Amino acid sequence: MKLKIIDKEYTITKKVDTILLALMHIKSTTNQELTFRSGCKSGVCGSCAVVVNGVEKLACTTKCNDNDEIKPLKNAKVIRDLVVDMNYEEKFLKNSSGYLIENSNSDISIEDEKAIDIQSNCILCHSCFSSCPVYEANSDFLGPFALTRAFRYINDKKEQEKKIHIDNIQTNGVWDCTLCGNCSMVCPSHIDIKNDIVKLRNTSAQYGYTDPSFSSGGFDASGTPDFGFNPDF
Amino acid sequence: MNDKIQTQIVDVLVVGSGGAGLTSALSAKENGATVTVVSKTYPTHSQTSQAQGGINCAINTSDIKNHIEDTLKSAHGLGCEDTISLMCNEAPNTINWLDKIGVPFSRTNDGKIKQRPLGGASNARACYSSDYTGLKILHTLYDRCIKEDITFINEHMLLSLIIEDNTIKGVTVLDIQNTKVIQILAKSVILATGGYCAIYDKYTTNSYATTGDGIAIALKYGVEVSNLEFVQFHPTSMLGNSILISESARGEGGYLVDQNGNRFIDELKPRDVVARAIYQKIIDKDTVYLDLRHLGLEKIMETMPQERDLALKFANIKLESELLPIIPSAHYSMGGITTNINCQTNIKNLYAVGECANANIHGANRLGGNSLLEIITFGKIAGKNASKTNEEYKYKNLQNIKQNDIQKIDDILAKETKCNFYDIKTNLANMMFKDVGLFRNASRLKDALIQYEKLINMYENCGIKDKSRIYNKTLIEFIQLQNSLDISKEIITNALNRTKSCGAHFRSDDEA
Repeated sequence: MKLKIIDKEYTITKKVDTILLALMHIKSTTNQELTFRSGCKSGVCGSCAVVVNGVEKLACTTKCNDNDEIKPLKNAKVIRDLVVDMNYEEKFLKNSSGYLIENSNSDISIEDEKAIDIQSNCILCHSCFSSCPVYEANSDFLGPFALTRAFRYINDKKEQEKKIHIDNIQTNGVWDCTLCGNCSMVCPSHIDIKNDIVKLRNTSAQYGYTDPSFSSGGFDASGTPDFGFNPDF
Repeated sequence: MNDKIQTQIVDVLVVGSGGAGLTSALSAKENGATVTVVSKTYPTHSQTSQAQGGINCAINTSDIKNHIEDTLKSAHGLGCEDTISLMCNEAPNTINWLDKIGVPFSRTNDGKIKQRPLGGASNARACYSSDYTGLKILHTLYDRCIKEDITFINEHMLLSLIIEDNTIKGVTVLDIQNTKVIQILAKSVILATGGYCAIYDKYTTNSYATTGDGIAIALKYGVEVSNLEFVQFHPTSMLGNSILISESARGEGGYLVDQNGNRFIDELKPRDVVARAIYQKIIDKDTVYLDLRHLGLEKIMETMPQERDLALKFANIKLESELLPIIPSAHYSMGGITTNINCQTNIKNLYAVGECANANIHGANRLGGNSLLEIITFGKIAGKNASKTNEEYKYKNLQNIKQNDIQKIDDILAKETKCNFYDIKTNLANMMFKDVGLFRNASRLKDALIQYEKLINMYENCGIKDKSRIYNKTLIEFIQLQNSLDISKEIITNALNRTKSCGAHFRSDDEA
């Protein structure tokens, strides 16, 4: 089996099931220098996400096929080979207030818990972060995993201070997303992040926020409305 | 950043960022201390993420004594009644605290936290969040740490403990990103570095990172360590890759069947008993399967979505319609750094908590659902006690240990080698599973000791081929192997000396 890792080609004769096992096989037999993260080998620790044939995958749960091309996650600084710097994580989680601010002491029903069940399965693997096109233009974008955290707490009946979360995801937040859906497609925990961001926009609207590109970008300097069809153009 | 870290003296330094470490950090901070968490991984990459089944709490006040009795019974005489009583009595507070900070526990129709039975328990006490209990607890703790501005130093591996006059002064760690040794000074240190089941490599359910670093380094510096021979083998991991299938699968009514489709053991006996029954079948050339077909898709999706996902991803098996081949795998380290009811070690101001500690709770066999309970309950206690250290911080000479560590790292990198240390790692795992696994006897253990000597000799003559000083994961794995070898020697020696069967330590040559 042939594999291309970054720009180097490898041939593996041993039968290996997953991408992670292939990487480990190469490291322990032919090239000790090959560098990657790994952990639980069962898809929950979030340490081994890489880009396989252009799509973000967990190396440990992804079957290895002939001619697979493996690259590091995008949008982050590569430290070495497949290892990227993840230190931005704390900043984004902090800025999106991805935590319970004040407990409402409400009674929690089965339905209340179900409302955040999938979102609370996020493993912070950063696949969504890597797949997001917004970072090319805006490196301060809170991005899919931090917005998922915000969604998880905004929709948590235990949260008393929903408005603070909403306030904190307006700048570089919900409105900066292009709704391309890459994040939903690559999430190994099956979180439909794009859909959640749409819902966060709706919730933001309920709190009086509007799409800033719609309210400001649509007017020229003279204040004349300028949206819609322009026959002179 | 490194310079700042090295000149500060923090009140409480937590080493390790799993559930025990994060809870300790939050608790120390709540009690007014300055806190730093140093960890060889990122916090959410820790072993706690893999805990699936649940966290125990007596269903009502009268059940507390049953919980204590079940735990004591499973410990086979090696449990401390006071410590176990404290844990079981505190369980309602522990669960309430987790619920309050946001852990989304599964609920009953009347809004109570749902509970299910796990092996060896006389009542259904495991509170859970589907079968992602550990993951959701770990992430909620991490979120809380972000809220509380806990300082994290990620991807720094513990190298040495700095101890003077039988008192901890700090630690040295290796910055994985740039291979620099740094010293972190602290008035008190909490080791929450996890267990050692990764020694069993392909025969473990654990992360590759659970190489027992904290325990190995504790051994080296005279911190008391005990009961390392007690390694829990989980009855149900997937055949071929040892991926964990939670006990909740049996708790919810799953069967274990042999190749003829016959059940052969009460599935909810304690883990050591069930694991041995399964492994005996495997030794006898039978195949053992987990059978959940009678539970139906809806119940499987509701109560164990992760198990279904794992079986589908890794074995291409649908649990609602097919049998899943299983094998027992090393799962939990009962032994560790000896601690008392206050999480103190024999070194002043040095604490240990979680799987790296032996708090005499699980004794010879841990009950499912008691490990998450231990890490949170005693994490709070460790953090609180560590935050009370208020004597003047004095030291004589702190530089020696750091200099030795720098030299050691330089030597490893400078050493030319033709030997492949990954072969030593594989051989160690094979030997440990075969000779120091579910069934043990004197002759195999003696043989294991001879094999260990060969492996340590090979290791000492071995080096690494990766000479980079940037994110040298090979170097990290090489140091981890040293730790694994040190612990293996203790496991084998202890197992040899303990001639009587006791819980997970089963001597087939014990006639009694």
